[in-house]
Amino acid sequence: MSYLEYNTRYVPTGFRKLLYLNWPIIILLAAISGAGFLMLYSVAGGSATPWMEPQMKRFAAGMAMMLVIAMVPIWFWRNMAALAYLISLALLLAVEFFGVTGMGAQRWIDLGFMRLQPSELMKIGLVMMLAAYYDWLPLKKVSHPFWVLVPLVFIALPTLLVLTQPDLGTSILLVAGGGAVMFLAGVHWAYFATVIVAGVGAVVAVFESRGTSWQLIKDYQFRRIDTFIDPSNDPLGAGYHITQAKIALGSGGWTGRGFMQGTQSRLNFLPEKHTDFIFTTLAEEFGFIGAFALLALYALIIVFCIASAMTNKDRFAALLTLGVAMTFFLYFAVNMSMVMGLAPVVGVPLPLVSYGGSAMLVLLIAFGLVQSAHVHKPR
Amino acid sequence: MRRPPKDTADSARQVSRRALLLGVAQFGLVGALGFRMQSMQVEQADEFRLLAEENRINIRLLPPARGLIFDVNGVPLAVNEQNYRIVMVREDAGDVQEVLDRLTRLVAIPPETIERAIEEMNRRSPFVPVTIVDRVAWDDIAKVTVNAPALPGIIAEVGLSRHYPMGSDTAHVIGYVGPVSDYDLSRIDDQDPLLQIPRFQIGKTGVENKMERTLRGVAGSRRIEVNALGRVMRELDRQEGVSGADIQLTIDSRLQSYVEARLEGESAAAVVIDTFTGDLKAVASAPTFDPNLFVRGISVAAWNGLNEDIYRPLSAKSVQGTYPPGSTFKMVTALAALEAEVLTPDETIYCSGWTEVSGTRFHCWKGSGHGNINLHESLKQSCDCYYYEVAQRVGIDAISAMAQKLGIGVRHDVPMSAVAQGLAPDREWKRSVRGQDWRIGDTVNASIGQGDVLASPLQLAIMTARLATGRNIEPRLIHTIDGIEQPITGGESLGLNENYLRRLRQSMFDVSNHQRGTAYRSRITLDEARMAGKTGTSQVRRITPEERARGVTSNEDLPWERRDHALWVNFAPFEMPRYAVSVIVEHGGGGSAAAAPIGRDITLQALYDGPPPLEAYPADVRARIADQQVRIQNRVAAGGTANTRA
Repeated sequence: MSYLEYNTRYVPTGFRKLLYLNWPIIILLAAISGAGFLMLYSVAGGSATPWMEPQMKRFAAGMAMMLVIAMVPIWFWRNMAALAYLISLALLLAVEFFGVTGMGAQRWIDLGFMRLQPSELMKIGLVMMLAAYYDWLPLKKVSHPFWVLVPLVFIALPTLLVLTQPDLGTSILLVAGGGAVMFLAGVHWAYFATVIVAGVGAVVAVFESRGTSWQLIKDYQFRRIDTFIDPSNDPLGAGYHITQAKIALGSGGWTGRGFMQGTQSRLNFLPEKHTDFIFTTLAEEFGFIGAFALLALYALIIVFCIASAMTNKDRFAALLTLGVAMTFFLYFAVNMSMVMGLAPVVGVPLPLVSYGGSAMLVLLIAFGLVQSAHVHKPR
Repeated sequence: MRRPPKDTADSARQVSRRALLLGVAQFGLVGALGFRMQSMQVEQADEFRLLAEENRINIRLLPPARGLIFDVNGVPLAVNEQNYRIVMVREDAGDVQEVLDRLTRLVAIPPETIERAIEEMNRRSPFVPVTIVDRVAWDDIAKVTVNAPALPGIIAEVGLSRHYPMGSDTAHVIGYVGPVSDYDLSRIDDQDPLLQIPRFQIGKTGVENKMERTLRGVAGSRRIEVNALGRVMRELDRQEGVSGADIQLTIDSRLQSYVEARLEGESAAAVVIDTFTGDLKAVASAPTFDPNLFVRGISVAAWNGLNEDIYRPLSAKSVQGTYPPGSTFKMVTALAALEAEVLTPDETIYCSGWTEVSGTRFHCWKGSGHGNINLHESLKQSCDCYYYEVAQRVGIDAISAMAQKLGIGVRHDVPMSAVAQGLAPDREWKRSVRGQDWRIGDTVNASIGQGDVLASPLQLAIMTARLATGRNIEPRLIHTIDGIEQPITGGESLGLNENYLRRLRQSMFDVSNHQRGTAYRSRITLDEARMAGKTGTSQVRRITPEERARGVTSNEDLPWERRDHALWVNFAPFEMPRYAVSVIVEHGGGGSAAAAPIGRDITLQALYDGPPPLEAYPADVRARIADQQVRIQNRVAAGGTANTRA
């Protein structure tokens, strides 16, 4: 389906497009980011620096980019999909060679004005690529083994590069996000059953490889898994993070200890309190009500994305919207599971709330694509 | 590429179906997350809140000020001295090396001390105060305080440390404090959290140790909020502790110092007890040591010096040492026989110089014998044969019972370390401890305070006080606690025949006031202060028949540790007894020559509450006594450490 097939009479033009934006999503994004600003202000001990102010600037820039992207017709972005994927892949390769090492992992490229994490970029690049691929692929061939192998390669290339950084969290997000798009595109369920069986096998293999010469993941990752299984066996080492996070979260109670009154974060018992573990501060200070409200905001975004996709007859647009929604869902679900002790600590930030430039920009760009899909819906 | 409208519709349907499936799965996961939040934040909230509080709140103990110890007149014997130290906080200092350089230009600090402090600072968190030097002179503290702006991170702190102003003079009574050790913790059943404070000072010996609970007080506490690194953020609340109670002893520090000075040069002990109240006015043991050395941390050399000294300066011989009481025990034997009515005071017994009992010869100190001798003369001249005979009549069990009645072989309740029980042996004791039957020879030996009989100077003083009063005098060392007077215990009549007691006292009077008395040379010549006493000389070796045939080796020709112990007990004034005194000079030779003069000097010092008039002394010794008084006064004035060994 191309531009010519649209009933252009119903596609809004010029500034009328603003009226057709998916406003609920924009409001939800702003609300979540606002909660993030509050928390960054709180964990800095009641100060706009060093975290809240830069985060607000990035939010403003991200929102502007989102609106610009939303104005551009969705078919343009479909044509750009392959290019976006290739650029992201190239940057991932570049980070392998010229990247900046931080926190034991090679993740950034220093562009001078900002530090770019190509792995974040790849999250949209991959979703765009797969959506465009299934838009191009005739429906009948979707479950053909060869045409299933092709998207698997699209997923595998960046995942392997990210794994070598090493960044287990992003790898999981890429695989799960890509897999979700394949599932949505209608790939036969038997493939997924096979993958799940294989996945279990792989987990077993990873554990079997421990201590051997072909060890598949790093020792610190093993330790994180051990600690996840039983945080109390290493209360002052790796388990310290999880234990303190759970204490912060649990001590919030119904209504929390009050804004800026969270002792766990204020007294530095919380690790990474402005990034991966920021949710625990929120839960400590605003309690169950605050934490559940944030979860509800996230869930509402997913609901609006699904609703938008289901009313969109354009295959690329629908798959892209759902793919972005799935990636977004994976972000907050993995992060919350991690800080609540339901999943190992794999280093996934809380979307729009955790301090971090690349993640926020990339997410807002992704929602720009979602908006574009919504605005340029065939009507 | 064109796609047929049917395909578009199919695609949309398929995507919608799968989207719904995935949506349901996502909704399930969101539900699980919400459920987890609910269970942690609502159901387990209390547990987690508690854990968070435990994280955040530390309780620091505030050590209370230790109770002070005074003598009976309010002279301080143990005080808490302000002790200045220089402390540094690394993070406040900026350039640590530069600040320390400036500090060493102001105050002389050895380089190794500085190095140790730097090492400790680097090991600890930057906000932890580290002590650089302890016990800094006030002048140096003043310099540091004045230059504070140039010394960032340097703080002058005040702490309390124990100090004993009388030094060695009261060392054995008061003891000393020291940091609590693992050994202390394992030995004492005390849950007081104060003991967990590193280097917390507790009483190690003497009154400091025995009255520890009274002196220590109750810990205060400070609840503080700390962050994850242990840095104190703020104080939440503070509860002040209760200082330890002050203790006033019955000891008269002036007399105590005099006695220590008088005993100087000997390995000796002396006790002065008040015959009305049982108050211990002086409990002295020589040589002694400086307890302040122990508070500061004694050097190995000094410790070894004290430990290896054959005069045993660390031992409080006054209460810990037990000695055969020798002839000072004769009053016990006589009183046992009189009370048992196997002897009358006027009855005479023949002394030929020795007595044969079941094939063994027991000798009198006077080889030529005393002839026919009655009770009065036997005590005055200290005849031995008289008591050999008397003891055989009354039997050991009655003697032992009388000894215990008079305070020998009984552990007295005095709050000093290792108070000895001594021994008043009887048949039962020998059977159960030695597994042997009592033999008549044992009785004969015991009758003159030899053999198995053992008494401490404290017990001899109590015995004398009880003989002087006929009442059950119990020693008292603690006069008041926290201003509340401690009860006088005992004091009731012993139920002894006053007639016999009067006879014994008269004989003791003649010991030092009759020309033929053994201590006539140590008499007091002022009527108001005349004393009654008894000499004792106890052997620490067996004299073989061969040696006796050859002539007993005199003490001067023996090595020090084989010479006889010299003993003396007395009470004074004779008419109205005020004090009872006991003196023992280890291996000092004869009691009349070595111990009695000391007893007399102490008695006079106590009676006159200071140097006595020279008229109290016989005219021929006054010049020498005047010299001695000046010498001792100088010693006392020079400070309490004159008598310190090592």
